[in-house]
Amino acid sequence: MLETEAGDRMSIASGSQVGRKNGYSQVPSKEVATMSRNMKLRWARAISLVIAGSLLMAGPAAAQEKAQWLPLLCYRTGPYAPGGSGICGGMEDYFDLINLKGGIDGVKLKWEECETAYSPPRGVECYERTKSEQGGCCVYHPISTGITYALMERASADKIPLTSIGYGRADAQAGGDIFPYVFPLVTTYWSQVTGKIGYIAQKEGGLDKLKGKKIALLYIDVAYGQETIPVLKALADKFGFELGLFPVPAPGLEQSAQWLDIKRRFKADWVINRNWGISCTVPLKEAARVGFPRDHIIGVWWCGSEEDVVPAGPAAKDYITTNFHGVGQNFPVIQEILENIYMKGKGNLPVTRVGTVYYNRGVIHGIITVEALRTAYKKFGPVPINGEQMKWALEHLNIDENRIKELGAEGFMPPLKTSPTDHEGGGWVRFQQWDGSKWVGISDWIPPMKELVQAEVKKSAAEYAAKKGQK
Amino acid sequence: MSDTVLFAVELTVSGLLVGLMYSLVALGFVLIYKASGIFNFAQGDMTFFAALGMAAFGALIPMWVGIILMVGAMVVLAVAIERIVLKPLVARPPLVLFMATIGIAFFLQGLAQGIWGTQPRGLSLGVTDHTYEIGGMFVSSLDIVGAVVAGVLVVVLVWFFQKTKTGRALRAVSDDHEAALSVGIPLRKAWGITWAIAGIVAIVAGALWGTRVGVQASLALLALKALPVLIVGGIDSIPGAIIGGLIIGAAENLAEGLIGPAVGGGIKNFFPYLLALIVLGVRPYGLFGREIIERV
Amino acid sequence: MFYRETGVFKTTYARDMELFPIPLDKIGFTVGLVLAFLIIPLFASHYLLVGIFIPFLVFSLAALGLNILTGFAGQLSLGHAGFMAVGAYATVIMYNRYDVPLPVALLGAGVITSAVGSIFGLPSLRIKGFYLAVSTLAAQLIIEWVITHVKWISGGVYSTVDIKALEFMGWKIDTAAEKYYVALVIVVIMAVFAKNLVRSRIGRAWMSIRDMDVASEIIGISQFRYKVLAFAVSSFYAGVAGGLVVAVYYGSANIEEFHLMLSFEILGMVIIGGMGSVLGSFLGAGFITLLPIFIDLSISSITHNVVDLSKVFTPDLLANAKNMIFGAFIIFFLAVEPLGLARLWHTIKDYLRLWPFPY
Repeated sequence: MLETEAGDRMSIASGSQVGRKNGYSQVPSKEVATMSRNMKLRWARAISLVIAGSLLMAGPAAAQEKAQWLPLLCYRTGPYAPGGSGICGGMEDYFDLINLKGGIDGVKLKWEECETAYSPPRGVECYERTKSEQGGCCVYHPISTGITYALMERASADKIPLTSIGYGRADAQAGGDIFPYVFPLVTTYWSQVTGKIGYIAQKEGGLDKLKGKKIALLYIDVAYGQETIPVLKALADKFGFELGLFPVPAPGLEQSAQWLDIKRRFKADWVINRNWGISCTVPLKEAARVGFPRDHIIGVWWCGSEEDVVPAGPAAKDYITTNFHGVGQNFPVIQEILENIYMKGKGNLPVTRVGTVYYNRGVIHGIITVEALRTAYKKFGPVPINGEQMKWALEHLNIDENRIKELGAEGFMPPLKTSPTDHEGGGWVRFQQWDGSKWVGISDWIPPMKELVQAEVKKSAAEYAAKKGQK
Repeated sequence: MSDTVLFAVELTVSGLLVGLMYSLVALGFVLIYKASGIFNFAQGDMTFFAALGMAAFGALIPMWVGIILMVGAMVVLAVAIERIVLKPLVARPPLVLFMATIGIAFFLQGLAQGIWGTQPRGLSLGVTDHTYEIGGMFVSSLDIVGAVVAGVLVVVLVWFFQKTKTGRALRAVSDDHEAALSVGIPLRKAWGITWAIAGIVAIVAGALWGTRVGVQASLALLALKALPVLIVGGIDSIPGAIIGGLIIGAAENLAEGLIGPAVGGGIKNFFPYLLALIVLGVRPYGLFGREIIERV
Repeated sequence: MFYRETGVFKTTYARDMELFPIPLDKIGFTVGLVLAFLIIPLFASHYLLVGIFIPFLVFSLAALGLNILTGFAGQLSLGHAGFMAVGAYATVIMYNRYDVPLPVALLGAGVITSAVGSIFGLPSLRIKGFYLAVSTLAAQLIIEWVITHVKWISGGVYSTVDIKALEFMGWKIDTAAEKYYVALVIVVIMAVFAKNLVRSRIGRAWMSIRDMDVASEIIGISQFRYKVLAFAVSSFYAGVAGGLVVAVYYGSANIEEFHLMLSFEILGMVIIGGMGSVLGSFLGAGFITLLPIFIDLSISSITHNVVDLSKVFTPDLLANAKNMIFGAFIIFFLAVEPLGLARLWHTIKDYLRLWPFPY
């Protein structure tokens, strides 16, 4: 026989792990539920039959009509499921709407979800599995910064564009040679943070009034949280406010020390809430606890949904966050979805979620995808569209005011104009406030501070290129 | 100077109160380990399951009915776990049982979110989160309620284990279950009762934490906060869970507030574990844990 | 009848000690190697290589490391993902910034992780059982914090470092098959090394510590030396596995890839695969890596071919069903064979010894 395997030793060894600790591990032998060897073999046979059977069944569905195939990386499980389910649900409802209207120039959309659970390995596996199915894919929306990082190299090598609408690497907006296949469309974190400072300045009475003020950045202590620190430091230098950094280790269930510091020691005037998941809700309660006014807390758009504020109850009233799309059901495109899909008894999510922040985020994802496909079809003819053609389309998007009106998205999305060296397309943000039961828009579309952002982008992109060994 | 002192005192007070709420979660671990020698990794998910259930019921029926329903659900869950998971794994090494509780954790999380959805919910127990200013410091009413509840729970549990027949039976089982068997104590029933009590403790912890931070899947990660409490207090000691909670709560707040800024912040997560390591260096079974005497 | 030890005579000590004394075992192993080295890279699709085989190899190596520590030496550790992260970043820093050749970078990463692991293993001299497990969690959290906060390591605000284009002595490693080969060669070498290590004096010392540490100390086995060695070797494997994750699996090092749940998953691989078994590490890694994919594929194929499950169940329930099935499967499996898949394999081999005879 081969060397003594641990298996033979286990029954003797169980004694030593916890000494004489009594418990399940030490029950006298007559209670031991061992399976006889025959039983085990029978189970082994049964399991292998089941596995073989399912593998034989597995295979792609036979669908041969002309359709645009879109694999969707979604997460409906795990701690971030509300966000993922909302965005995927909104996107799929919009695709349904487009199909009901006859598709894009007659080409219907077909999609399938692949559950990533917000985890990079699953995201990579989903990507690899789906990228060549059904004729190949044209664009991916990872909806997760972690998955985006994991896929960036792969997608660039495979020539399939990745979008990171409202998240991901802000410096990827430089596009060009360094980030050819990454599209942080609509707006990035760096543009957003300049918008925030601009808004604070507005509230304080002008950019010059920022001097001497104290702004605290409360952020979850991961890459996503730290991303805007360089830009904030640059802004602090430029406008003379004092920046305080307060990291919150994930998952951020308990933040009393940070808030006591913010209120007592640092004595902040404004707090930027840059968290994710439950660490977005906790600040609202902690702020109430230490008596920090909620209308001086400005959250990022991943901390600005109904799911973040409802659990905090009355403590969340007057909390302000940024957004890059409209919220609520009062837009023609959302009304269309309600009429044609939900009233007919279909729809991806419970109807109460239509019009919520994440749902609308999904709809804007859908609008951009469809408009990009339209642009691609116009230039390259209909299906199939490959990744390079989609990249071209994404670099030549021009969704202007008129087109937005046609889409029924007036006030819902900002104008979007991309180019090969501008993968962001606008950078507009707007602000909304929680009134206790819903989000109310309190500002117009605010542009970013372009020169400052561009300077940082250039710097960071060059660093990235140097590290990659490119020129 | 006194500003820093006031700040430190405030950190300590708030930390002590939070620490008691950590103890609530840790108590569940202690109960199960004490009676059956299993390190129940699923305790965090049980807390989440309880909290989510109550939040979901609370939207439809009066709170007290919801709580009773939840207690019933946890008892059913305990019996199910005992019968389906623990019975086949009797006499297995503790590591295998630990792995089984990890399986239970996955299952519970999927079950909770499968039934009640993944949307975060608020939980209100009729306890308003009002902040009092005492001596220049902020103290939250919810924290005080949490502290009182933890204290009451510990007293009740200690009374239960010392004075009632069932409690004494459970202690006998944890002391030496062969002897307990020989005097006629039904082992499996004892273990089922223990898991049910741990489930009820999970309801209490889930209710308080759900009110504090809202109910979503991350609540299960409270287990990570409770582990250093277990280590410092001793895995099988009920008063240890409380003392450990107080120590960890205060220490982590003080560390984050006073040492944190010097090193870049964010040390709140690992500092309790460092502290636990130091305690273990001095007392390898925690402050109040039972020392294992091994015989060769 | 065909798989038997009878009729196999050893005439030299070397033959007596060889890894596969039974001829059929030798043939089986050779077939396995041929399959792994020739058949799979030639015939497997890109997805199979990148999505299944490479992660399987990489996580088997990590599981092997943890198995050495927990299965053979009996020290429970929950910080394995943290050590993998150390290896990942070390590899990337050496390869990118200092132009160290790839194999040396991987080896160096292993050594550095070894050193880190030994330090975090020191508490094992005083603490045992679940107390030790929780204190190794400290390793995981501290490493996460250090990597996130020390910019020299994490490379700036994004804490993600992409690895440069892989190449070794002029050979560009850019196709999936080539990356698969790199992983395969490293894993095979290290697995054979591990197999021999646990059969040696060191391995026996570890097993004695695992079984009865007081007794082993009495007979003169230095607990300090062997426990720290266990942590060191295990972390070496974790470091190389982490380096492989960056080099051939993700292409970038990001601390969030090595989160706490990964430590639990690798522990799951070890326990389900079989503690104290080199083969078990591979079987367990296969089980845990492939089970979610298998559940996904089954649900997807049932939806396509039998009944559209998304019409029957809500999307929430369907997505969470995978978690529930995964948890239930783990419990079921542990109930059926708590000693792991390796034990199941041994049972099958025992059965084969007699086959086709009944007794």
